[in-house]
Amino acid sequence: MLVVGVLALAAVLAVATLSIFVGTRQFDPATVFGAFTGTAGEEAHAIILGQRVPRTILGIVGGAALAVGGALVQAHTRNPLADPGLLGVTAGSALAVVLAISLLGVTTPAGYLWFAFAGALVGTVLVAVFGSVATRRRDAGPASLVLAGAAVSALLGAVTGVMLLLDTATLDVYRFWTVGSLAGGRGFEALGVVWPFLVLGLLLALVQAPALNALALGDDIAQSLGRNVAGTRMLGLAAIVLLVGGAVACIGSLGFVGLVAPHLVRRLCRDDQRALVPLAAAAGALLVLVADILGRVAVAPNEIPVGITLGVLGGPAFLVLVVRSARRRSSRRRPATPQATAARRVVSS
Amino acid sequence: MSVLRLGPVSAIVRPRTAIVTAAAILVAVGLAVVSLGIGDFSLTPPRVLQVLFGGGTAREELIVNTLRLPRAALALVIGAALGISGAIVQTTARNALASPDLLGITSGASAGAVAVIVLGGTSGQAAGLLRSVGVPVAAVVGGLVAATVVALILRVVDANGVQPLLVGVGVSAFFGGLVSWMMIAASIDDAARVNVWLTGSLNNRSWPELAAAGTVTIVGLAALVPLAPRLATLSLGPETARSLGLRPGPTVTGLLLISVVMVSAATAVAGPIAFVALVAPHLARMASRSPTPPLLASATIGALVVVGSDLVARTVLTPIILPVGAVTAAVGAPFLLWLLVRGRKASA
Repeated sequence: MLVVGVLALAAVLAVATLSIFVGTRQFDPATVFGAFTGTAGEEAHAIILGQRVPRTILGIVGGAALAVGGALVQAHTRNPLADPGLLGVTAGSALAVVLAISLLGVTTPAGYLWFAFAGALVGTVLVAVFGSVATRRRDAGPASLVLAGAAVSALLGAVTGVMLLLDTATLDVYRFWTVGSLAGGRGFEALGVVWPFLVLGLLLALVQAPALNALALGDDIAQSLGRNVAGTRMLGLAAIVLLVGGAVACIGSLGFVGLVAPHLVRRLCRDDQRALVPLAAAAGALLVLVADILGRVAVAPNEIPVGITLGVLGGPAFLVLVVRSARRRSSRRRPATPQATAARRVVSS
Repeated sequence: MSVLRLGPVSAIVRPRTAIVTAAAILVAVGLAVVSLGIGDFSLTPPRVLQVLFGGGTAREELIVNTLRLPRAALALVIGAALGISGAIVQTTARNALASPDLLGITSGASAGAVAVIVLGGTSGQAAGLLRSVGVPVAAVVGGLVAATVVALILRVVDANGVQPLLVGVGVSAFFGGLVSWMMIAASIDDAARVNVWLTGSLNNRSWPELAAAGTVTIVGLAALVPLAPRLATLSLGPETARSLGLRPGPTVTGLLLISVVMVSAATAVAGPIAFVALVAPHLARMASRSPTPPLLASATIGALVVVGSDLVARTVLTPIILPVGAVTAAVGAPFLLWLLVRGRKASA
């Protein structure tokens, strides 16, 4: 496990280095090194420290935050199709940003920041309220949280949709925000404000990982193992809104990463949440960085926003992985169910 | 619960499900009648019924039977198609979040249609023709491409459970990326037009659209008849289904195919109307207190949601007529929340 972790870290560092080197302007290693020490030319300094380093950091942090958020959502809802937007975070952000653009005339990403974040919070609180009432009334636990999330997201999305249909000027600003991009440096300014939230969210995610392993067995068994199910779920919602709300505020509503990154590493860590959280973070950072680099070189000197390369290139890549893992699985004996693996782990610990 | 036998065919009829289905049909038809009377030339529902059965003036018959009827009927057909395919996908995947939108077909259809809208040009008669004929055709082509990719992959990947939906996630990501690329590359006018199409709309749809969607839906329903009884067995999981003498693989593939064809037809005609395929089966399941979404109730509730949404879309902001897809979530979501919150107490 430690080996996998070290390899993942090394991969992130390698891709981050690549991200600093790749771009319309080519620099040799000495110039790049010089830019950090201040001995390179003004232009190299501006491009490397002013643009490439910020977008690289933004990619790592944003990708990791979305991926951890996704891992948490999937664990709490016990649903592999859950994405971090499910619990109202993204729909809340989008509605708040649209309201800010349309009613208050805000047009800069720095201006969206608090709207995106507050919207994420409101969306998640709505889901939590409906979800917890529904859970108390029925014995369906995770399914009712999932459905409350889907319903609240759809409702908020409907308001956003109507506003965008009626107000073309807002659509013109919104369509660029919603794609998700690392370029422009504004997202990095936003990161300067929200990083404490992201750090707190990550800590909360790591703290609840052992409880999530118990939760994988079902609410009743987790309870009988001495876990506070309702408390863990609240902690999970808090971590998700901090991580995903923070990431969306910085880089826009970037899809796909949060849903897919946990799947990429799930088999590596045998569904153990303690390993899944850090590995998913690495996978998310890698996905976003690679997609961003490809978006820079594909149509140079122009560039494609990272949200688009993620879908257009990441989608097929994900399909290849699904097919390959299916081939491998069918050539081996039937694997144990996630529940069985989780049960073995809880018993042995 | 009682068993209905007709020669070699038998079906379990739950009284509550039958009541829910009948009630949904009544309300859906009632809303359709109200909807037929609304517009610049307004009629009371009783008058609409008279006109429908041939008792109106020539002018009234033109407006109700020729101009407004296809739209209302299309709403019913599309809602039923979406509801039933949602029920199929939710049952075979055994996942509450499953919906045919996740299979990637909708996004393929969207990419096709958006490509024609954005790349097709804006001026001249050719562009107009391209838009009215080309958009649905491109949607069908895009949906077929996506369906082919998903089908090819499903030959390798286990068709049971969430695997098909994970494949759909990959396919959706690809086509979704293309759509957002065209969305930001397009002029703002085209982007607004794309936005309307992506919302899903019944505006300006008439007899040809109704004929196309209606035919596909009826064929789909007919193909579903022999497979439907197996759905309950499948919902117990592939292992149990196998031990009960069912081959889950081919059955699931056949069911998903029917679902895909119905959704593609609905999307080609009206655009990707969101949320209906997800919410209708849940509403049907909760209202009839059945363990799995009942097919007919899902279809009728789907029809009810789309007809009701279209009524709201046409009246809420008059004189602006909203696309129906902007309203389906606003109409369906509160229902879902209410059913969730109001549901039975645990193991009462």
